[in-house]
Amino acid sequence: MADYSWPEAGKRSLIGQRISRLDGPAKVTGKARYSHDVNRPGMLYGHILRCPHAHARITRLDTSKADAMPGVKAVRVVQGEGTEIQWALDELVFVAATTEEIARDAVGAIQVEYEVLPHFVNEENKDQAPEVNPAQAQTTGDPDAAMAAAEVTSEGTYGLASISHCCLEPHGQVCEWEDSEHLVAYCSTQGVSILPGQFAQGLQIPASDVRVITPYMGGGFGSKFSVDRWGIECAQLARQAGAPVKLMLDRDAELTVAGDRPSAYASVKLGASRDGQLQAWISDSWGSGGLAGSGSPPLPYVVEVPNRRQQHSSVPTNIGSSRAWRAPNHPQGCLITMAALEDLAAKLEMDPLDFFLKNIALTGRFQEVYAQELRLAAEMIGWKDSWHPRGAGATGPVKQGLGLALHTWGGRGHNSNCELVVYPDGVVEAKLASQDLGTGTRTVIGIVLAETFGLPLESVKVSMGDSQYPASGPSGGSTTVGGVSSSTRRAAQDALAEVLSRVAPHLEAAPEELEAVGGRVRVKNDPGRSLAWKDAAAKIGVNPVSVTGRNPGAGNLTDSGVAGVQMADVSVDVDTGLVRINQMVAVQDCGLIIDLKTAESQVYGALIMGIAYALSEEKIMDPVTGRMLNADMEFYKLPGVLDIGRLRVHMMTGEGFDDRGVIGLGEPPVISPGAAISNAVANAIGVRVPHLPLTPDRVLDALEKGGRA
Amino acid sequence: MKAFAYASPSNTQQAVQLLSSHSGQAALLAGGTDLLSLMKDLVVSPDLLVSLGKVQGLDRITRQGDALRIGAMVTLEQLLADPEAQRYPGLIQAAQGVTSPQIRSQGTVGGDLCQRPRCWYYRKGHGLLAQHNGSSMVRQGDNRYHAILGNSGDALFVNASSLAPVLIALQARVRIAGPEGERDLPLSDFYRTPQSPDEKEYALEKAEVLMEVEIPAGETSNATYEVRQREVLDWPLAAASVALGMQGSQVSGARVVLGHVAPVPWVSREAAQVLEGRELTDQLARQAGEAAVQAAKPLSRNAYKVRLARVAVERALLRAAGREI
Repeated sequence: MADYSWPEAGKRSLIGQRISRLDGPAKVTGKARYSHDVNRPGMLYGHILRCPHAHARITRLDTSKADAMPGVKAVRVVQGEGTEIQWALDELVFVAATTEEIARDAVGAIQVEYEVLPHFVNEENKDQAPEVNPAQAQTTGDPDAAMAAAEVTSEGTYGLASISHCCLEPHGQVCEWEDSEHLVAYCSTQGVSILPGQFAQGLQIPASDVRVITPYMGGGFGSKFSVDRWGIECAQLARQAGAPVKLMLDRDAELTVAGDRPSAYASVKLGASRDGQLQAWISDSWGSGGLAGSGSPPLPYVVEVPNRRQQHSSVPTNIGSSRAWRAPNHPQGCLITMAALEDLAAKLEMDPLDFFLKNIALTGRFQEVYAQELRLAAEMIGWKDSWHPRGAGATGPVKQGLGLALHTWGGRGHNSNCELVVYPDGVVEAKLASQDLGTGTRTVIGIVLAETFGLPLESVKVSMGDSQYPASGPSGGSTTVGGVSSSTRRAAQDALAEVLSRVAPHLEAAPEELEAVGGRVRVKNDPGRSLAWKDAAAKIGVNPVSVTGRNPGAGNLTDSGVAGVQMADVSVDVDTGLVRINQMVAVQDCGLIIDLKTAESQVYGALIMGIAYALSEEKIMDPVTGRMLNADMEFYKLPGVLDIGRLRVHMMTGEGFDDRGVIGLGEPPVISPGAAISNAVANAIGVRVPHLPLTPDRVLDALEKGGRA
Repeated sequence: MKAFAYASPSNTQQAVQLLSSHSGQAALLAGGTDLLSLMKDLVVSPDLLVSLGKVQGLDRITRQGDALRIGAMVTLEQLLADPEAQRYPGLIQAAQGVTSPQIRSQGTVGGDLCQRPRCWYYRKGHGLLAQHNGSSMVRQGDNRYHAILGNSGDALFVNASSLAPVLIALQARVRIAGPEGERDLPLSDFYRTPQSPDEKEYALEKAEVLMEVEIPAGETSNATYEVRQREVLDWPLAAASVALGMQGSQVSGARVVLGHVAPVPWVSREAAQVLEGRELTDQLARQAGEAAVQAAKPLSRNAYKVRLARVAVERALLRAAGREI
């Protein structure tokens, strides 16, 4: 068995370089086929009748007109008469028809009557909630005594609205039965390997009879781990109609029921010594992720205040269930904590950079990394030159401000299996079921292969996104890159060792004397004795070399735990309440970076996603109908390229980072933007805007209440 | 979307003929950027679309003396590129506020003037007046983007046109073809606040076609200022257009029109009065802004728009005077 490890710093030819994604050209030319693009012969189109009310009982449901409509091939009632519906746009009836138009008309022809019941959808004000479920308070140390003894205290309320995942490719799939028992499903999913089991359970068939295919997918962000009712029903429609069925969600359903990050709000009181040493934290938080309410965000976040008490209440609402949203609960914990800390720093009349550095020991394991990152980020954004005390900026209506936030995440590689095949013609192929969400997973696997075999990236083959390949875990929690790179590296090292052992006699050397470099297999101490890779591969015999690599496994190829710092530079027009991002700086570690370009790209994307929920993105729920009012791309406000300012990313690499192995990056950089931007706005305008998103109405309201309008 | 018939006449008489002889519901199709989404959401379901795409002469901008005639089918992109249109900075600024190149390339001047409100209750099929069990969904619900002026009745949406405020400030007139021939009227009279659910918010009868808009001769300092949250395509939260006759540094005549604050483009005579005969100082601009919103009656969630409207007027005036914020 090989000694599994990553190549040392001086010996990496591809790892850590900026490499363009392998499937970039396929994506921009439209050649890449997403689930939405799959069309099968004789395919039908599915559509869904959804409940328009947030809370209602179905008193009558009649599908007879839809059943009789020419072109309608299957109608399935999933929630019928007598059912109590708990959120708007929940699914009632699934229809398959020969065209999309007929499917829509058929849904329109279904007659439903409801008894409309009272609903609750606006939990920002907890006192208005019909039901509040407090959890047991968590206490560490003696927060009351510490607060009483604190020389300086600060109080505030903070929070952020529920948002949707807003995947560019909506949820959905094409389902096709190969025969009466075997299902092929082209799903937009984050879990190719786990979906056959979910289909099997819903359809009462063996999981081995289900094949899930996802070569490309257009974003999940945590919302695509489940087969969902629409997946099962799509397969049922296809079975009933005897034809393949495509069923992808409409944008309004995608925003309303297929994505939800729970809201979180909190009152926080903090206590510190006059010189800024943190002593006490007391928080009362609440939030909602639909009918099930919500769990507590991690409070206080990153900074472990020694004496603390956290009380969280879960508030049920008539909103579609929450789904894991990129770094579940961390953006909420980060905003509440970092905003409260920055308010305390302002009260202490301390520069928050100094304040955080003074309390850096409370950040624990990564305190040195945080300190290093804080100084680096401060230098990049020019903190010491342009920071001013809160509200003490320019005299005109446009005020500039700086803010910062810290975050952390785990990111250890998940369970992954990689089958590695070296063919006698020299082709090297990795097969993994793993999906590529668009993050660059395919490219990372290719780089590990090419690096290990000393081949150019173009000459290795990555086959993935098919449940018939060896299983990989779902892509959640930033676990994919660590998992697939480790399983691929182990498989590649084993396969190479096998190839070298067969080639060794031909080069009159021992296998351990050989290496694969620059497209050749050569003797380490006598590079003149070598074979071109293709010629070397020809020596393996008629059978391909095939091995499986696994994660977890021997060798330290992946690790857990990262630290990141972000800083925001904003301008706020205090006459209009408009916030503009001038610049954001993100400094992030994630262990050994396989592809610097796609890693940076992850961080850029996270910053943009963070700017969205900081400034303009929210689910606007109608108190009258209980429906989401902005379930469209018009009023569900995401930023455009001119709204994001200048984004700068610095990845921590080199000694102390590379040697930790590969760590995931999907979640961490999306945690801090809301907090950093909220802090920058407070610094600019002199008052805290309590809740995100920082829309003009909220900013002007805070200015007015703070006597600064 | 309901299935529909499609006709593509080559002149306005034919278009009018098609509209008046059609017994069902017909709709005029210009750029389609608004109409098609209304049809997809089943807010309107016409059974005949009469395209203006092949009608001769509607896609031209022509100068007549010192007047400018802009055909209804002129796209926003065409307007922005037209040398004659550059004489009206306020018009150019308003068109630039539509920040989507796709919409600017496809959307037309006539379409902008006739687009339907973006009120989310209307767009969800609750009707222009959004009544529910005899009361207003807008008043009871989320009205953060709704009217702060002219909102004493049931109509609480805001007029969505980007160009109407500046064109009204420039005293533009619209020419309309109908079964009885052509008529023309001031653009300010084209808009109305519907009193009942089946009234439209503009005065185009069933078989009428908006042909062109004419900006009459006259020298003004004009400008538009929009308060928009995003640079990407976004509706203004409030906007103001001003056209000022100047004698030296004195305002000799003023027209101030607000957008996105009322069911119609809102002409503020109060603001104009403050300005007339006085020197345009920062102070005066501020006073005019305050006068413009003096009658505002915000709903439960849109008091912030009163401030934005005031600031928009103030900044439009300063912009017209060449003094940008």
